[in-house]
Amino acid sequence: MDIVINLVKAALEQGFTYGVLALGVYITYSILDFPDLSVDGTVPLGATVSAVLILRGMNPWLSCLLAFLAGAAAGGVTGLLHVKLRIRPLLCGILVMTALLSINLVLMMGGTGGLSIASLFNSPTIVDELPASLIPERVGGYALRTLAVTLVLAVVCKLLLDGYLKTKSGLLLRATGSNEQFVTMLARNPGVSKILGLAVGNGFAALAGAILAQKNGSADLQMGQGMVVIGLASVIIGTSVFRGIRRMKDTTKVLLGALIYATCLQVALAFGLPTAWLKMLMAALFVLALVSTDLLDGGLRKTAKGGK
Amino acid sequence: MLQCKQLIKRFNVGTPDETVLFDGFSFEAEKGEFVSIIGSNGSGKTTLLNLICGTLPLDGGQILFNGRDITRLSEHKRAATIGRVFQDPQKGTCANLTILENMALADNKKGAYGLAGAVNRRRIDYYRSLLEECGLGLENRLNTLAGSLSGGQRQALALVIANMTDVELLILDEHTAALDPKSSETVMRLTDKLVSEKKITTLMVTHNLRFALEYGSRLVMMHMGRSVIDLRGEDKKNAKIDDLLQTFNEISIECGN
Repeated sequence: MDIVINLVKAALEQGFTYGVLALGVYITYSILDFPDLSVDGTVPLGATVSAVLILRGMNPWLSCLLAFLAGAAAGGVTGLLHVKLRIRPLLCGILVMTALLSINLVLMMGGTGGLSIASLFNSPTIVDELPASLIPERVGGYALRTLAVTLVLAVVCKLLLDGYLKTKSGLLLRATGSNEQFVTMLARNPGVSKILGLAVGNGFAALAGAILAQKNGSADLQMGQGMVVIGLASVIIGTSVFRGIRRMKDTTKVLLGALIYATCLQVALAFGLPTAWLKMLMAALFVLALVSTDLLDGGLRKTAKGGK
Repeated sequence: MLQCKQLIKRFNVGTPDETVLFDGFSFEAEKGEFVSIIGSNGSGKTTLLNLICGTLPLDGGQILFNGRDITRLSEHKRAATIGRVFQDPQKGTCANLTILENMALADNKKGAYGLAGAVNRRRIDYYRSLLEECGLGLENRLNTLAGSLSGGQRQALALVIANMTDVELLILDEHTAALDPKSSETVMRLTDKLVSEKKITTLMVTHNLRFALEYGSRLVMMHMGRSVIDLRGEDKKNAKIDDLLQTFNEISIECGN
């Protein structure tokens, strides 16, 4: 029983953290139709910025905000490369991701005095500072602070994004992804909207990185690997599994998608999958998510035929 | 007033396929004029519209609108005073936004797109009244996604949206060409109503000779980057489809079609 509860807890903590990332990827991939690979660089950027600032004595919540801004700046560069220099979306992402390898390394080395990992085990983090410290360290024998913080952050991010998408600026962003010519005829530059969307999306990715680092107790330079896949898979799983439910907001679907994805990973690890194979599983799950819509439809069609 | 002076436009510059479409073409439209532009494929009708809107860059010449030189102005800046409806009904609205959201966005064209709520509930009655004029029942479907409307409905919506703010120039690029005969008739009548009510300067490219004759105050036939027929007032009223077709055939034979 204990094992199951701990498994569920770990899956939820991981899922809500990936959920923040997935909300960011939802903005770029679903709303703007921009496959953005910079996420692989902005997640560790957020983790590094946040960890280094905490080590320097900054309040962990404030470090999250600065991580968001750092990610937004990097996302803005991806947008500028695309809009001003007319580089293809995939290449823009690769370029920024590559450049961030250096940036992250410099920040990490500079912030830790030459180390490639920033350990936060002796530092305050969002999962043990106020207001998380108001929650008892153990509730019924289980440590729930991390779960509470990740849950609240994911829900707050989702609500903020929902709210933003209802504003004039948010609606213009959705219009940009849907029909650039329409935005042009509204006397607005669709490029500006794109840059803004990429900035916000990567801000979320960096925030997810900051949460991940504080939740895990350390930031390292490898933690970006596979983040694009996690984000995209969460978005695609969420929107395809729950596509029949029209009343449910896309952002809710995306969060649930992240939970499903994280649960699959945790279950596989619990069943003894060697960690070395984790990225392989991540890719395989992604493939499954991509083809699942067709499989579901195909399966239904066959049943319909068989029923005749 | 719209003035196009000595326009030069070349395509495929620097390749063996280089063609010169406009070589010093001039064109003017008076304020409030409704110009129908006809002509064979490749005669320069759509290119002219694209040059006026800034979708394509000019290779030479000058475009003035109400006395202001807009030749170097970007497409979206020119759009502040231009409304445009395209041949493709999908271009005039956002498929994944509702009718209401599409209209709310367009309604804000002259304002800022900031963090205020996008849909102003108090404007809904106004949106309904605009849609009622289309006579397609769209006023009762404000929460329907624009993407699920038929081509004719969507084009009517696009037309309403293009005219929501007080535009001074309306550009219609074969906007009835992709519609079935009944829908194109509906959209054309709606166009005429909107244009004559607001007296907007309008340029309409069409392949429908009957529309070109029946509607508008001026008719221009283009051929190889020049205007070969330009009729106004009584001349336009007295013109017959057969005469137009004859000229059309003559110039087509001339270029070997």
